Amino acid sequence: MAGKPKLHYPSGRGKMESIRWLLAAAGVEFEEEFIEKKEDLEKLRNGGSLLFQQVPLVEIDGMKMVQTRAILSYIAAKYNLYGKDLKERAWIDMYVEGTTDLMGMIMPLPLQPSDTREKNLALIIERATTRYFPVYEKALKDHGHDYLVGNKLSWADIHLLEAILMTEECKPDILSAFPLLQAFKGRISNVPTIKKFLQPGSKRKPPPDEKYIANVRKIFNF
Amino acid sequence: DGSLLFQQVPMVEIDGMKMVQTRAILNYIASKYNLYGKDLKERALIDMYVEGIVDLNELLMHHTFQPADKKEQHLATIVDKSTNRYFPVFEKVLKDQGQDFLVGNRLSRADVQLLETLLMAEECKPDILAKFPLLQSFKARTSNIPTIKKFLQPGSQRKPPLQEKDVPRVMKIFH
Repeated sequence: MAGKPKLHYPSGRGKMESIRWLLAAAGVEFEEEFIEKKEDLEKLRNGGSLLFQQVPLVEIDGMKMVQTRAILSYIAAKYNLYGKDLKERAWIDMYVEGTTDLMGMIMPLPLQPSDTREKNLALIIERATTRYFPVYEKALKDHGHDYLVGNKLSWADIHLLEAILMTEECKPDILSAFPLLQAFKGRISNVPTIKKFLQPGSKRKPPPDEKYIANVRKIFNF
Repeated sequence: DGSLLFQQVPMVEIDGMKMVQTRAILNYIASKYNLYGKDLKERALIDMYVEGIVDLNELLMHHTFQPADKKEQHLATIVDKSTNRYFPVFEKVLKDQGQDFLVGNRLSRADVQLLETLLMAEECKPDILAKFPLLQSFKARTSNIPTIKKFLQPGSQRKPPLQEKDVPRVMKIFH
């Protein structure tokens, strides 16, 4: 009988955060072993646990899974958050790749020098409001349902909520032109498992601060 | 005209959908044509392998776009990552299982994508597989699968590597 999934990563968001969101939304309890210093990462590498020498690593169902997307796809499929058929999966994949691209722009911001950061922040706001959010607003408008795909909660909804909250941290009123996304945000935040994850004391991680960034640079050598 | 969900290509019109996002398109095709394993666990393994292969593939793709003064350094990175991080993984998988394919003793997208990337890597450095005998035989064997063999022949829809002289033209389309 498999135990709880075990996550290996520094104690911060990075690429592991989307995995924490999905497990939490699925109501799956998990354990975390934090990589706090370089030696912790070396130990994982030398022990042969990391297929490509990289984290995230999630021990789940007897597998040592690496590669964020592989892990997310497995969890989504296992807990019925991946649509009911191939076509719904295709839409979920398309939507998730969009929110991945958006969050991928936001994640490296704290690592950038302040002039690059300012420029990229402006680009993020432009992309969020002209390329990404209009797509999800229109999807909700066109079918009038509560969820993005198949009239049922899926990985796409959870990922979009995470992206919305992350973008709001960049610019609090970023949803001002998107009434349906505002309603979506309220609604999905109230799904009991997600509501719990959004409360203090959950395994959700805060945005990175300078101390965290400095430590991550040391661990991963960049 | 509204065909591109996120204003980007690739876009593939397939089964009544205008699909975008490379991974989404590949996932759909692989599932539809039974190249994605027989169950969730095989899919997990295929996904892990494919994501690693795609990381290497992206590194290789960027080589043509490197400015002249960065090219040599970039090639060194490619060789280092290929021979120390990625190729050993797949050499070991083939060795441990002693089978013709990476997952489930059956052709999957992982095999197809690995072959694509091996050939691309050889375009950067022709002897890059020198220390990987099982990858060499994998390459030969997989290249002989009839549909793949046909694709590797002249006249197929396979595209040649991007030439340096064509880089400015490509950049203009997208910028």
